Amino acid sequence: MELALDIASWILMSAGGAFVFIGGLGVLRMPDLFTRMHAASVTDSMGPPLILAGIMLQSGLSLATFKLVAILVFLMLTSPTASNALASAALLAGTKTLDEAGDDAEAEDAS
Amino acid sequence: MFMTEIFSAFLLTLLVVTALAAVKTRNLFVSVMLTGIYSLLIAINFFLLDAADVALTEAAVGAGVATVFFLGALALTAEKERTPSAYRPVAIGIFIAVTLVLGYATLGMPSYGDPDAPVHVHVAPFYLEKTPEFIDIPNIVTAVLGSYRGYDTLGEVFVVFTAGIGVMFILGVRPSRKPGGTAMIASGENGLRHYLIPRVVGRLFIPFILLFGLYVQFHGEYSPGGGFQAGAIIASSIILYALLEGEERALRLIPRRVLNGLTAGGALLYGAVGVAGMLAGGNFLDYSVLASDPVKGQQMGLLIIEAGVGITVTGVLLTIFHAFAARERFG
Repeated sequence: MELALDIASWILMSAGGAFVFIGGLGVLRMPDLFTRMHAASVTDSMGPPLILAGIMLQSGLSLATFKLVAILVFLMLTSPTASNALASAALLAGTKTLDEAGDDAEAEDAS
Repeated sequence: MFMTEIFSAFLLTLLVVTALAAVKTRNLFVSVMLTGIYSLLIAINFFLLDAADVALTEAAVGAGVATVFFLGALALTAEKERTPSAYRPVAIGIFIAVTLVLGYATLGMPSYGDPDAPVHVHVAPFYLEKTPEFIDIPNIVTAVLGSYRGYDTLGEVFVVFTAGIGVMFILGVRPSRKPGGTAMIASGENGLRHYLIPRVVGRLFIPFILLFGLYVQFHGEYSPGGGFQAGAIIASSIILYALLEGEERALRLIPRRVLNGLTAGGALLYGAVGVAGMLAGGNFLDYSVLASDPVKGQQMGLLIIEAGVGITVTGVLLTIFHAFAARERFG
């Protein structure tokens, strides 16, 4: 039983770590702000829950698990909100999407 | 154990990289963000060294409130740093000399975790042994901070108080403000419409942040926390409210007069506890005489002075925030 729990939490935490890693890679490799945010925010909602679930399996039914659940709820609500705020701030500031930037470049080439 | 050391080394390397990047970048906005990351990294490091109280302070103040203040200051000035002159021999010379001296000094420090290190043999054993007997609270950091070294903490509270007064003097208590000016907080209709989701989620969280602040405040005797951290957390929740709803409404919630009262009142409360000890026949800041049972007196004194610390820190942080937010942009 203990072994099964360890294996399950190992799998969950590795999967979470993999998601975070892919997200980091995406932030580095994506071409503009919005696609980078896409990489970061999607993994933000996949990585931490998996990692926290893995830790919860380790801590069992205790106060620590309750705190982890609280952290999870906090993260699940705040990180998409932060992404939304960042994206709308970028929109307000006039950051162009990849398409618009591409169109502008084409228009300049044509003229 | 070994894993922890590898992790620490990794974190410290990241810390150095972040610090260098923060110095190197000419964009001050990026620099502020990197400073926040730096604070978070050093907070994790403190936590790995079992200094949970310091870690909590660093995370709440360094990564949280200080970043907001830096951004507030940036909103008043320029975002780009002026390019400095390329070659400064004096600065580089001083830098190298200080680095060499500090590097040499680390050679004389006791190795990590050495039980014979001076900090572990001087007064720490006394604190660890006697705290259960004298004060009877589990968090010895709070006992040291509030009771054994109550004078230092009183001094710190007055440093915070003085900092608040200093900012008020420099930025002005009540700056002239034209309606529709370009203040830092977006108060126009246009700005808030886009921020519907942050507003809804933020409003949802403010009560919980306040509750957590009160928990950190009053649970400081039992777990990491205390007045400084709680003050920063409570102030952040109200700053969040100001960012979401506009500075005017936050000021209507807690007017400047109340803020001034909080700023001065907390420090006065701390001092008053000390004076109360003298009136009861003890020394200044000796809490044992506050109740018939010395241990109960100590606990009561700690609770009140921590409340004083929390009140002053909240007041000062909010005062500084409003001082920045009410200012209009220069030039």
